[in-house]
Amino acid sequence: MFEIRIHSRGGQGGVTAAKLIAQAAFHDGRCATAFPFYGAERRGAPVVSFVRISDQPIKVYSQIRNPDMVIVLDASVMDSTDVLAGLKEGGAVLINTAQPPAIEGHPVHAVDLTGIALAQNLVVAGSPILNTPVLGALARLGLVSKESALAAIAETFSDPRNATVANTAYEETKL
Amino acid sequence: MNPLPAEEFVHKCTTACAGCTSSLSLRYILKAAGPDTVLVVPACCTAVLQGVYPATAMNVTVYNIAFAAAAATASGMAAAFRRAGRATNVICYAGDGGTVDIGIQALSGALERGTDFLYICYDNEAYGNTGMQRSGATPIGAITTTTPGGKTDAKKDIDRIVAAHSIPYMATACAAYPQDLYAKVKKALSIPGPKFIHLLSPCPPGWRYSAERSVEVGKLAVKTGLWMLYEREHGELRINPVSKAAMKRPAPVEEYLKVQGRFKGISDQAKGALVAAMEQNHRRLLAEEAGTC
Amino acid sequence: MLTIATGNKAVAAAAKEARPGVIAAYPITPQTEIVEQLATYVAEGSLDADYVPVESEHSAMAACIGASAAGARTFTATSSHGLLYMHEMLHWAAGARTPVVMANVNRALGPGWNTWAEHTDAFSQRDTGWLQVFVATVQEAYDATLMAFRIAEDERVLLPVMVNLDGFALSHITQSLETVDVGDFIPPFHLPHAIDIAHPRGYGTLTPPDIYFKFRWDMERSMRASREVIAETEAEFARRFGRLWGPTEDYRCEDADVVVVALGTLGKEAEVAVDKLREEGVKAGSMRLRWFRPFPILDLAGREVVVIDRDYSFGFGGVMAHSIRSTTGVEPYSVIAGLGGQEVTYDDIAQFVRQREVGREFWFGVSD
Repeated sequence: MFEIRIHSRGGQGGVTAAKLIAQAAFHDGRCATAFPFYGAERRGAPVVSFVRISDQPIKVYSQIRNPDMVIVLDASVMDSTDVLAGLKEGGAVLINTAQPPAIEGHPVHAVDLTGIALAQNLVVAGSPILNTPVLGALARLGLVSKESALAAIAETFSDPRNATVANTAYEETKL
Repeated sequence: MNPLPAEEFVHKCTTACAGCTSSLSLRYILKAAGPDTVLVVPACCTAVLQGVYPATAMNVTVYNIAFAAAAATASGMAAAFRRAGRATNVICYAGDGGTVDIGIQALSGALERGTDFLYICYDNEAYGNTGMQRSGATPIGAITTTTPGGKTDAKKDIDRIVAAHSIPYMATACAAYPQDLYAKVKKALSIPGPKFIHLLSPCPPGWRYSAERSVEVGKLAVKTGLWMLYEREHGELRINPVSKAAMKRPAPVEEYLKVQGRFKGISDQAKGALVAAMEQNHRRLLAEEAGTC
Repeated sequence: MLTIATGNKAVAAAAKEARPGVIAAYPITPQTEIVEQLATYVAEGSLDADYVPVESEHSAMAACIGASAAGARTFTATSSHGLLYMHEMLHWAAGARTPVVMANVNRALGPGWNTWAEHTDAFSQRDTGWLQVFVATVQEAYDATLMAFRIAEDERVLLPVMVNLDGFALSHITQSLETVDVGDFIPPFHLPHAIDIAHPRGYGTLTPPDIYFKFRWDMERSMRASREVIAETEAEFARRFGRLWGPTEDYRCEDADVVVVALGTLGKEAEVAVDKLREEGVKAGSMRLRWFRPFPILDLAGREVVVIDRDYSFGFGGVMAHSIRSTTGVEPYSVIAGLGGQEVTYDDIAQFVRQREVGREFWFGVSD
């Protein structure tokens, strides 16, 4: 089972990102669950959501304590949250940033998801859309297939720019 | 006098008290409504006086429901009937406690969401079914079993609360004026949407007068101007002539009070408050009718 | 059709498939998504129903009773305090024999405010005459909701059914979902005692002591008959749609020396704990109770039993532990865990099994 923890801020689409990843994994013929951690968080507060992907039915409902991977959709949450907490040894960190920070012991994949969204003017209610480009980045990292990522996006959003940004993020993500 | 339909929907086997005006009124209400009617009845005297299972004195369907739930039940029922293409009248028949106190939330909700029904509050100004405890509709100065020294708070003005919902039709009525009640029920049921009738129902055991005086007491309530008869159709107020006359040449309030044991020993202060509230009600209604409010 | 959905969306999709005529509901976390979705179906015209936007849960149930009595299939959803606020009308719905179907997204009760999973809300309604089923996956939420209509409306039952799913843990998790074309699996709504204007009747008339108990017995007779109706319905569902559900979901129980009994998502998590324990050589099994009312007939003889209660009856104990004890005669190890969304992992559940002491009660996380 592969477990992912997503850090974002309320309103940035972290919960939808988790759903999209699960949906893409599902298109790959795998089992997946996605769920947010619900607290009293409101728009703008740091929030966490989770994705589990497995080839077997997933029976675990408890939170992910030792993720295989961490995704940070808003690098500013790293000021107040230990995003590496419990991350497995050698577990990858995908960060939405133009300036990749050095993190010891973990491979860091830095992609400017915000820049990619802004380049397409893909902004909703003042927030650049991050959950579709991140799917492109994850496809590049091999978590889900690119076809499935695009299928999940197409099923969820009607705006074709969502596929465009996913493709851009796919290209810009370095292995 | 208009001839009323001969058909009876309340048979002479209710378990009502002698001189009960709510059962008398129901007879006229159902004559106006006719057989395609469901009566939704929360906890109140009518829940008991309709008879004991397996018998019933009622010749229309009566749906008994919990105290606070009449108007909401009507919402679901009306929706189901309309879906089925039926014009069935859904009439809530609830006491004052079930209307102005425990049922007010459901009533307000049903009025606001446009339920196609008629809500009739028969008001005997106390919890009659449980033996005359104070309700929000009990007038100031009235003795009940929970206000043995006379109620110290004023009667809740449910009519103004209902009016604030801007429903297409609302009216007041009094059991002593059955023709007026009949006409108002008829009119209410001809209008789609939420309708409300507030019916004063003198109550011999509760108000402490002898059973044969129910009509007299009801008429006194109107002729003193304490109980105003009017209707408000699509925001247009029409005060009944009898109430207009009462405002000009009112019968003395004392005549209404002295025939009822519940007002025995009423303080001058309470009496003054009753009269002041009455006069304020008159001023409001006159101003509204004149279009100056 | 194979898709993905949250527990809430699955319930809404199933309710839509059942074609209710009247939906009366009031929002409450974490159920709200269900009624939002249904209101959307109605607004967009994909569901021909009346959505009655009531002002409270008490009124939601009252409206469902009125609509059902008038001959409409009805559905509502609630949680926690909403369910408690309905309590009076839950009794009324069952007593009036109105086969309302309701989803209850299990949530803890205040104070303090807590929106996470707990079963005390539903267990507090155990004597209302409602059938209650607890589900653990998005698929099961969908399937159980569909079956609830057929079971409730069966003339041998005519009692309301409550479909329980854990707040957030299931209501908001995204999993795969296979929707079905329900066809005639749910027959057209027919209430034999629906209001018939041509034959006026008194409903809920004053009922004297020499008769009242007969109505109560009739409810119990229907509750007993519901076991058979549930079994038939689940068998028919399996025949048509390929998924078989039962009174319990048993996992590795055949040769188990110790059985973990739980409800909802904890009952699913327990299966992972069982696998872990088996690796250690402990012959463990998991029995997830699905039906709470009618309470299933369980065979736990000769096994040690660890009961996890995500609920509590103060001054008495875990409701499930006592239910197991009283219906099977087996003395369980009673674990109180997961209250108000308290995190309980499969490792924790495995530890409950390892530390079991028959006859004792253990509050997870409480040191004394």
